[in-house]
Amino acid sequence: MTTPTEMLVEPSRKSAGQRAVTTILTSRESAIALVLILVIGAATLNTHSFLFSSDSWRDLLLAPSILLLLAVGQAVVIITRSVDLSVGSTLALTAYLTGRLFVDNPGIPVIVVFLIGIAAGGVLGLINGLLVALGKVPALVITLGTMYIYRGVVLEWAGSDRINAADMPKSFLSLGTKTILSIPVLTIIAVAVLVAVGYYLRTARGGRELYAIGSDPDAANLYGLNVRTRVIGAFVLCGALAGLAGVVYAARYGTISSSAGTGIELQAVGAAVIGGVAIFGGSGTVWGAAIGAWLLITINRALPILGVQDFWQRAVVGALIIAAIVLDRVLAVRRSRKLIEARDAS
Amino acid sequence: MTTTDTPRTQSARTYPSYAKSLWQRVLLTREFAVIALLLIVFFYSRNQIPNFDGPLTIYYLLLDVAPILLIALPMTLIIITGEIDLSVASTVGLSSVLVGDLHQGGMSIPMAALVAILVGVLCGAFNGFLIAYVGLPSLAVTIGTLALYRGLGVGILGTTAVTDFPEKWTDLAKDRIGDSSYPVIVIPILVLIIVFVLLLHFTPFGRGVFDIGLNDEAAHFSGVNVARTKFLLFVMAGAVSAFAGIYFTLRFGSARGDNATGMELQVIAAVLLGGVSIFGGRGALHGVLAGVLLIGVLQSALRLDDVSANVINIIIGLLLIASVMSTSFLSFVARTTAGMKRRATEGSPERQQASAHHEGNNS
Amino acid sequence: MKLRNKKATALAALAVSAALVLSACGGSSDSDGGGSGSGGGGGDLSVTFLPKNLGNPYFDTSDKGGAAAVKEFGGKFAEVGPQEATPDGQVSFINTAAQQGIGALVVSANDPKAIGDALNEARDAGTKVVTFDSDTDPEYRDLFINQASAEGIAKAQVDLIAEQIGDSGEIAILSAAANATNQNTWIDLMQKDVDANHPNIKIVETVYGDDDDQTSFDKTSALLNKYPDLKGIVSPTTVGIAAAARYVSTSDFKGKVKVTGLGTPNQMREYVEDGTVDAFALWNPEDLGYLAAFAAKALIDGDIKGDEGDTFTAGKLGDFTVGADSTVLLGDPFVFNKDNIGDFDF
Repeated sequence: MTTPTEMLVEPSRKSAGQRAVTTILTSRESAIALVLILVIGAATLNTHSFLFSSDSWRDLLLAPSILLLLAVGQAVVIITRSVDLSVGSTLALTAYLTGRLFVDNPGIPVIVVFLIGIAAGGVLGLINGLLVALGKVPALVITLGTMYIYRGVVLEWAGSDRINAADMPKSFLSLGTKTILSIPVLTIIAVAVLVAVGYYLRTARGGRELYAIGSDPDAANLYGLNVRTRVIGAFVLCGALAGLAGVVYAARYGTISSSAGTGIELQAVGAAVIGGVAIFGGSGTVWGAAIGAWLLITINRALPILGVQDFWQRAVVGALIIAAIVLDRVLAVRRSRKLIEARDAS
Repeated sequence: MTTTDTPRTQSARTYPSYAKSLWQRVLLTREFAVIALLLIVFFYSRNQIPNFDGPLTIYYLLLDVAPILLIALPMTLIIITGEIDLSVASTVGLSSVLVGDLHQGGMSIPMAALVAILVGVLCGAFNGFLIAYVGLPSLAVTIGTLALYRGLGVGILGTTAVTDFPEKWTDLAKDRIGDSSYPVIVIPILVLIIVFVLLLHFTPFGRGVFDIGLNDEAAHFSGVNVARTKFLLFVMAGAVSAFAGIYFTLRFGSARGDNATGMELQVIAAVLLGGVSIFGGRGALHGVLAGVLLIGVLQSALRLDDVSANVINIIIGLLLIASVMSTSFLSFVARTTAGMKRRATEGSPERQQASAHHEGNNS
Repeated sequence: MKLRNKKATALAALAVSAALVLSACGGSSDSDGGGSGSGGGGGDLSVTFLPKNLGNPYFDTSDKGGAAAVKEFGGKFAEVGPQEATPDGQVSFINTAAQQGIGALVVSANDPKAIGDALNEARDAGTKVVTFDSDTDPEYRDLFINQASAEGIAKAQVDLIAEQIGDSGEIAILSAAANATNQNTWIDLMQKDVDANHPNIKIVETVYGDDDDQTSFDKTSALLNKYPDLKGIVSPTTVGIAAAARYVSTSDFKGKVKVTGLGTPNQMREYVEDGTVDAFALWNPEDLGYLAAFAAKALIDGDIKGDEGDTFTAGKLGDFTVGADSTVLLGDPFVFNKDNIGDFDF
């Protein structure tokens, strides 16, 4: 009879408080946050107005808000071991829908437009989710197809029209620059979403099940989790957030052409990967994805100030993504080696 | 002696794939479905679309489709092994930028082209190293290198474009073979097609590619050098993409950092349309050729019919989803009909066992 | 497996090559018919407009003028164009035009040389080529319709900014695509004018917004960040000036950094009224498109060949004479400001 105290991995002897501090300090999210602070610091040293002028402070918080929403949604999908490449097209579709709603229905309340945008995005996400769950085809291919289709729909619908700032009511456009206590309203919206989704993923059962599905879909199935519903739900959430991002885009830029959001889906995936969300699913947090998104956009703005032509921004992003993946791999290998040693030692 | 010989040991082993007749083996494949679709669309367009039967149609179609055709060849092999390479279009852009930048700096076009191909090989080798030897997932790595290579290209040239190329070379990219409607680029394309067909379908290397896609651990234990095979495939993809980049630059006479943005998705769409399974382990090059040509014919016909490019994108997206879902759909149909057949022949245990045996083989 | 694939591959390859060979044979036998049909004088009056990109309000207006002209002389109008202002985007449309054997192609070029080969192929197939707004090298086209002399356009913008910033200070230029012929010509002349006549004005940088609204918006933000002492922004493209004005009007720099350049009254009205922009210049793009269409008609009909001294009538605009380098001038640039902006609708 083995004594109940013989365990493969000993429980930690530290106190709860110590554990919490260690977790935070050694987490990926902190590392990325540190890089972000370093970048902002370097840029500010060069040009004080990067941080300290009210315009720049506002831009610092405002510019990443769109990518933040997309990265959060993408993180949820990637955690379930899928990917959603159609978010850029969804953004364009809902942004154009927003503009059209204002043009065709003058006097429509702004909140209604927000709700319609989110719902439209959710519907597009639902289509993705159904195709992935029922078709048993990798999400990469399905969302590749829907990316083409949604983009074609918005191009066909908009034609060469574009919605100009003059077509939308001032109350809506002012959201793009309004600040509450010097924090832009759009950023508050994005952060509120981030907190809600993060809380759900960490504490709610549905959220934890998403992690389980991403870690090992077969085990999740055998365990009795409703994999299909959860995956569909993840895609609906991602689509809804992309829809919200579309409305935010309309508020921030004011002019919507059918080429809005081209290429932003890969930035969203990159932000999530840099933020610690493993591409094979099952780990990572939306906080990391959010910081990753913030980092990408801030690098873009900081590079010209640091004297690097902003042409090199994409190369920097690519290098960061590869570094993040390699780091993830190194850590995973080390972890599995430790576990194997523990197993062999016992 | 017990007569517990089951019908299984009494009946001879059957190989369903050879049990069908030749015409069934050829016609009932996914590849043939795509080829048939291509022929239908082509002849329909000839009859219905004005100017489609003009002398310039095939010429422009082949010129447009050439880079996608080139890159689809190594991409097919990569997808058959179960990996993916999203960075090919960025390699095209990078090689295009290099040709332009080096030429502007005084190098001759052939030398610049050689450097571009070498850089393409390096790009592919970097991908291959990270994926095959370090073991990182190809989706993530190639998303990173997609940004990295594209960024390098854009960084080198900035937002300007080099458009001053000697007539001799830009004409060569668009020359016809003699007086026919075929551009000269068809010759290297045909050579590469033959090379890749031989490689994939007639050599042990190609067998290894299929094996890796079906089960790379089993392939490893069967003696296939999995890491080296994958590495070589990515190197090939890099080299061919660089070559496509050179062609692209000379054909349009313009080297820009964002040349060929989005081309990787067109290539993947064409490959999947051609019957290659995204899960790996199955596919053939004739289907892929048909897939690329199908997309080319559709684009050409719709453009001539003054239909906007957007509708073309929608159609490609729908085709893509339909083609990948068709395998799931067909197996769903097969399972339901087999289930119905089984319930119909309920009774004879031998029949039951035999049909179950067949079912197992046919899935 | 090997046997099956060999035969299948062979059969399939045979089918595909048979198809190609049959079609090529068919193609070449048609070429005799095709050649004689579209050549010759008095050809069909189908005119296709190919602007730099679609979704650009400036070109929407000019193409509207072209459509009106084509309707007047009973021809067939079509408008095609790429989504982004790139030369390779235009090439495929030029190819299609050549295949369709249309009467004339009216194009605003994204690059002086890159589309030249495609244009010459179209001319060999019998299509007349007229450039407007942005030219190619003279050997690739039959006529160029210029809105005003390049010197006039450059001088008008320099005069405007000099007046608005008190003839001294730092200014920056927000252009369209880096290779656009017209913008580059004007920027060169602007630099020369500034060097010769305004010693206290310094052009610190030229950035490229690619005629994309979001890019121009972000580039303006970057400029203001990088050069805290910037006094003015000149944008010789309607998309750029609209985006720059929109950014400046919601920032702290409104009124302190002057925005001017070439803009359309409808897009700029709001910013002139709220004080962000004092004055800007343009010509009438509708007239430009109208003139270009009539010039195309004159070429198709064989009335003119594009040589210096040729004259033709352009509907309600009157008679025009072809100048040096096969160029036709529309008129002079026009300055819009608070007083007269209400009179225009384009």
